[in-house]
Amino acid sequence: MSIPRTLVGKIWDAHCVAATPSGATLLAIDRVFLHERTGTAALKSMAAAGRSVRDPARVFAVMDHIVDTRIGRGDQTMMPGGQGFISETREAALAAGITLFDVNDPDQGITHVISPELGIVLPGLTLVAPDSHTCTQGALGALAWGIGTSEAEHAMATGVLRMARPKVMRVTYAGALAPGVTAKDMALALIAAHGAGGGAGHAVEFAGSAVTALDIEARMTLCNMATEFAAMTAIIAPDAATYAWLAGRRYAPASFTAPYWASLHSDNDAVFDTEIALDAAAIAPMVSWGTSPEQSIAVGGMVPQGPARAHDYIGLAAGTRLEGTPIDVAFIGSCTNSRLSDLRRAAELLRGKHIAPRIKTALVVPGSSAVKRAAEAEGLDAVFRDAGFEWRESGCSLCFYAGGEGFAPGRRTISSTNRNFEGRQGPGIRTHIASPETVAASALAGAIADPRKLAR
Amino acid sequence: MRAFTTITGMAAPLLADNVDTDTIIPSREMKSTGRTGLADGLFAPWRYTEGRVPDPEFALNQPEYAAAPILVAGLNFGCGSSREHAVWALAEYGIRCVIAESFAPIFAANCIRNGLLPVVLPRDAIAALAGQMATIDLAAQSVTTGSRTWRFGIESEPKQMLLEGLDAIDLTLKHLPEIDVWTTSDRAARPWVYLEKSA
Repeated sequence: MSIPRTLVGKIWDAHCVAATPSGATLLAIDRVFLHERTGTAALKSMAAAGRSVRDPARVFAVMDHIVDTRIGRGDQTMMPGGQGFISETREAALAAGITLFDVNDPDQGITHVISPELGIVLPGLTLVAPDSHTCTQGALGALAWGIGTSEAEHAMATGVLRMARPKVMRVTYAGALAPGVTAKDMALALIAAHGAGGGAGHAVEFAGSAVTALDIEARMTLCNMATEFAAMTAIIAPDAATYAWLAGRRYAPASFTAPYWASLHSDNDAVFDTEIALDAAAIAPMVSWGTSPEQSIAVGGMVPQGPARAHDYIGLAAGTRLEGTPIDVAFIGSCTNSRLSDLRRAAELLRGKHIAPRIKTALVVPGSSAVKRAAEAEGLDAVFRDAGFEWRESGCSLCFYAGGEGFAPGRRTISSTNRNFEGRQGPGIRTHIASPETVAASALAGAIADPRKLAR
Repeated sequence: MRAFTTITGMAAPLLADNVDTDTIIPSREMKSTGRTGLADGLFAPWRYTEGRVPDPEFALNQPEYAAAPILVAGLNFGCGSSREHAVWALAEYGIRCVIAESFAPIFAANCIRNGLLPVVLPRDAIAALAGQMATIDLAAQSVTTGSRTWRFGIESEPKQMLLEGLDAIDLTLKHLPEIDVWTTSDRAARPWVYLEKSA
């Protein structure tokens, strides 16, 4: 009898190339994904050191962080110096021989949206990117995690990373979600309960009936937030739904019928270093009240006592009711919640209605150019426009205003993004993160609102 | 890479939890694809008031901490974006060591690759170190202030890399024959991993 293993353990073992004299593992890296914000620096310093990319066919790059998202865009961006990032990325990618999805490539989009769309990430693979939200891609059953620029350089130059084996945590969501409650709420409920540092030192496997019931895109939303939990990454065991979703994608194999694909799950008796259990039915739509994702509460709840700095920045005292707090800006987008299913659910709430007059800015930024085309084919762009939202090209956009575009200082935003940090969306911007449904309902109300109360 | 053996200096207090990399170096302060020119933007949202005037309330603007090589902080330091610019900015500014209750994993790994030592100590030790002169001895894995000394843990690989200032890529390239052998056999076992470059 072999020792029962976790899914993370199986993938890890399958990628161990060698042990170093000082006790680290040389772990094989199957895919590297770069973007213009942090990846170009890796390509440039490799070139400066006279090093080349070991296997360029397995390295991809995309313009998502700095690229403008206004319709009709070119290389110009609102970010001072931003055009340099774009032109240098193009030159460095060409010189390195890697595959680049350029500004107006039909496959352009946010890294963690297009990598699954194109079948670049696959179950059982290791994939790294110099971007913290790489954990999103664990939803396909890959070991995918965020690294720094130097580590990206290391992975490209050597095909491996020097790693210490992570501990493995299983987070089990038993039961079923209530209507109007989403994967985003599951993630925020976990982080609120166990802290933004709660996953430190661990790779997290999400399991339980509420997780397997999620569609593939919602699984990506859940895994996306693992970095906000300080986890190395998150993973969900691939199942029939995963393989059906991946079938026919450009970089995916022709079939997933070999026994290998069915072996990618934690064994029944596998031992996890840490276990957390949550009751899915008890989760309500969640909204952040402060400046860390751990400062999140059910939409109907009262702001608790937190660090003074967080209350000061966000302008909400302890005891304030979050629901009904007036907002100025609504944003739907980011690698967390910008896929077709996210846009469909938000559009369903907005159809035939209009956002409140006090909303100064309302934006929808599709996660990829393919998502944008698919949404337009269904007429979702018209639904959003008719409701008062602006419809954009794909990119990271105002998740962190790296495109150089900012909301006016002091504005309060309801945002389907992942980070409510001080200044994340611009100096003085007060960000409340929530599901796309909650963003849509709040935009209609002009104030933080519970999407379950909207007639469907 | 610059080696880290021992340092002695002031421990500037930044006693907040969840200090994120957007705060350490905001996106708007990352002006080029290079790794330099970042020290001026370090902690910009907290360090400067309007018009980029230094905020006297912020620790690094106070004369006693102006040359502090050590930062002490709370839980989950360096959370958020993977941007290595956060570590480059700290290093360029002159910070050699961050002592915190815990670190976000990407930030801690970035530190190791840039000669900056991340030290995890409990809250009471951090409170005792805040605003004090301290000595950090990596070989001994100790932090000392006055008559008090704390030991800290570090895995042998990052310890050796920091002590000797080793370049990780150079070290790994010595394993290239093993990597080649592994890759050849893996290519046969998992052919779908190995893509052909499209034209």
